[in-house]
Amino acid sequence: MYKVKVFVTLKESVIDPQGAAATKALQQSGLTELQEVRVGKYMELSIKKTDRNVEEAVHDMCRKLLVNEMVEDYRFEIEEVVGQ
Amino acid sequence: MKCAIVVFPGTSCEQDTYQAISVTLGEKAEFLKHDATNLEEYDAIILPGGTSYGDAVRPGSIASMQPVMKEVAKAAEAGKPVLGIGNGFQVLIEAGLLPGALFRNESLRFVCKPVQLKVGSNESWFTSHFEKNEIISIPVAHGYGNYYCDEATLAEMKENNQIIFIYASENPNGSTADIAGISNKKGNVLGMMPHPERAVDELFGNTDGLNIFQSILAIWRESYANA
Repeated sequence: MYKVKVFVTLKESVIDPQGAAATKALQQSGLTELQEVRVGKYMELSIKKTDRNVEEAVHDMCRKLLVNEMVEDYRFEIEEVVGQ
Repeated sequence: MKCAIVVFPGTSCEQDTYQAISVTLGEKAEFLKHDATNLEEYDAIILPGGTSYGDAVRPGSIASMQPVMKEVAKAAEAGKPVLGIGNGFQVLIEAGLLPGALFRNESLRFVCKPVQLKVGSNESWFTSHFEKNEIISIPVAHGYGNYYCDEATLAEMKENNQIIFIYASENPNGSTADIAGISNKKGNVLGMMPHPERAVDELFGNTDGLNIFQSILAIWRESYANA
């Protein structure tokens, strides 16, 4: 069994309405050191151990649905969980 | 003309679309579900608006993976008209049938009101009943209508007359180049955020939306009915 943490972020070139609104609100509240907020997504996957390479499987899942590669980037961390 | 209206769990504009086709336009329309596997008998495909799969992951993303979308892609490839409205536009983008992405509105608010649109091209399957650059009014109702594409894609779409509808009075969502609706290169697949099915009868205040359905019917008659 693997626990996989997937981090999805918007590409630099892409506008982020949520991040822009958060940036403005925080700056206006007096937190003037803030330069920019970019809002992304965090996902946890539980994956059964099979013959297939787990990294390859996670890439497949990201490309197929979890990430829109045209506007988002992703990275992930894999942790093997034993004895559960 | 026989029109398929594709319904996913969470789709909500299918009845309005059905009424527009069957009552107002006077053509045949049938509902098909997400697991339909054969669209061959239909002349036109419409993906209506709503919130398929509760907008999980990204609006339209889960719907784009359903079995029916393989058939929609085949129909598009075969040159049949495919119209995606609102969430249907999001599904077509997620399915790769149209370029770009649709983000959350710049205001972060759901917008629901009539907007003015400029007809960017009247050479598509969907706009032959309009004049080029004609200003029309059709309502929008969406939270994720902020169209985005990179500069190369935008230039290519301009070159090919794929920018079909442009917000004319105000841009309700912050979309790139004020884009409200785009087609594929061939002009037989259209995605648009405004809801033409909500502007098909004088009772609704205007009938500009009906011209879109009439355009589809007119080209269908020219291409197939006499063949």
